[in-house]
Amino acid sequence: MTNWQKHIGIIIPLLVIAGLMLYPTITGKAAARETAFTILKAIALASSLNILLGYTGYVSFGHIVFFGFGGYVGFYLLSSQGMSLWICILAGGVSSGVLAFLLGKAILRLRGAYFALATIGVNEAMRAFINNFDLFGGPTGITLNFKAYLAYGGAAKALEMAFYVVGGLAILAIILSYIIRTSKFGLGLLAIRENEDAAEVMGVFAPDAKTWAYVLSAIIPGMIGVLFFFKNGNVEPHDAFPLHASIELLVMVMLGGQGTVLGPILGAFAYQGMRGYLVTSDFFKDIQLSVSGALLLIIVLFIPAGAVGWLRQRFPILRRVLA
Amino acid sequence: MTLLLQVQGVTKRFGGLQALTQVTFDLPKGQILGLIGPNGAGKTTLFNTINGVYHPEEGRILFQGKDVTNKMPYHLAKMGMARTHQIVRPLNELSVRENVMVGACFGHENQSLGNAGKIADEVLEFVGISSRTDQLAGSLNVAQKKRLEMARALASHPHLLLLDEVLAGLNPSEIDGMIQMVLDIRAQGITIIMIEHLMKAVMNVSDRIFVLDYGEQIAEGSPNEIANHPKVIEAYLGDPKLAEQLMEDD
Repeated sequence: MTNWQKHIGIIIPLLVIAGLMLYPTITGKAAARETAFTILKAIALASSLNILLGYTGYVSFGHIVFFGFGGYVGFYLLSSQGMSLWICILAGGVSSGVLAFLLGKAILRLRGAYFALATIGVNEAMRAFINNFDLFGGPTGITLNFKAYLAYGGAAKALEMAFYVVGGLAILAIILSYIIRTSKFGLGLLAIRENEDAAEVMGVFAPDAKTWAYVLSAIIPGMIGVLFFFKNGNVEPHDAFPLHASIELLVMVMLGGQGTVLGPILGAFAYQGMRGYLVTSDFFKDIQLSVSGALLLIIVLFIPAGAVGWLRQRFPILRRVLA
Repeated sequence: MTLLLQVQGVTKRFGGLQALTQVTFDLPKGQILGLIGPNGAGKTTLFNTINGVYHPEEGRILFQGKDVTNKMPYHLAKMGMARTHQIVRPLNELSVRENVMVGACFGHENQSLGNAGKIADEVLEFVGISSRTDQLAGSLNVAQKKRLEMARALASHPHLLLLDEVLAGLNPSEIDGMIQMVLDIRAQGITIIMIEHLMKAVMNVSDRIFVLDYGEQIAEGSPNEIANHPKVIEAYLGDPKLAEQLMEDD
């Protein structure tokens, strides 16, 4: 096998991202960039969640906490301390990683439904804490001074830049996901997913491996958070920690195929596309979340492996192509 | 004669249940120790205690001269201990080859993925399921899953191998194959403790036999000694004197 064939599993995902990044330029519409931004953000978040959910087998109902927490930390440094966006994005990633490390030590010993419940608790507790944390503006949050965009060539330029940065972060998320999937560390995670006790008997340091998987799945959401709030110009607790967004991420990963590199990308794409249609239709606009609930139910009942997983099972030859 | 494993006065309780009481034995390198006893005697509990799944309330366990009493299973795996499970635990959604690679990658040799792949191919050949390499482990039948358990344990190139009823549920020809495999493994210099219900098999392959009943060791010795040990006969068949009396009554 040549190098090209060996890494085909990463080439398809990267082509999808490249297509999305070029899409606004090709169509030339301003709205197209917003759509593409939302999809790229969803891809980055879903691919990150997949490290924990798909590879390690731990269901998190509160993954958005890392988006919110990292976003808050970075955005605070940006607006109140006047630090550069790049440092703030890094700070957001690092603080989410540290949060995941501490949480992991505490709640990753729980298994199955207990872990899932704990993650909901963490998200809600964090929102309540931020709501009462004066440094971060309490319930009213933080607003960015419009002048801050001047350093990036004005608001219009800054928004355009944010779009390419989110694309970069999506690529980073996918590369990270692919490296883990094809590494020894990743094999250990898959073993934990399949049978944690058996994995430990074979020598997988499950507590450490799970904690690092959690940390790696938290960093990019933290970075995305900073970028997203920078683009919005403000942050409030209910924007930062929306529980339904965590569940939507789960739907994306499950829809596309958990435990695969390509799955979360397709899932994020399809889900955001569907959502875009639903929120603009007269009939569905108020009940779009119930549609995602129904969708999740259908996936779990009929195609638990998701679209990519189903294709891999159905056509073994595709296993080589669809990582 | 170097001692690979020393179990010294190990006691394990589950609440009020005394699962193991003052179990003591030494295992020299290169031997096969057969571990027998009626159902519920504590054999698997003893494995779990040696293996770090459980920690004993009393006593010590030394592996390669080091105290491993409160170590976790992954620490012991890294020191060169491997085991199979009575109820097989395949990693269902991974291929047979990946299952075996986990054993090689995370065992005491800490192999890289590339080497682990080669070791997996060798070991799968050895246990005779190399035609199933790319199949998902979940799709194997019971006999193949037992071989897979064995392959995973062997792939780590362990010093000590704990075999928990590898013969249970196999048909006679599969049993012969498995016994031959155990002997081949010993020939490679790997020390083995095997739990087995099949007396003929355990008597044939074991250098020594250790008998547990209600968590207590009731006998230890060569297969011959064990076969004629009154306590062992009692544990398995009931009180021999009572049996004799009943016969006389007839």
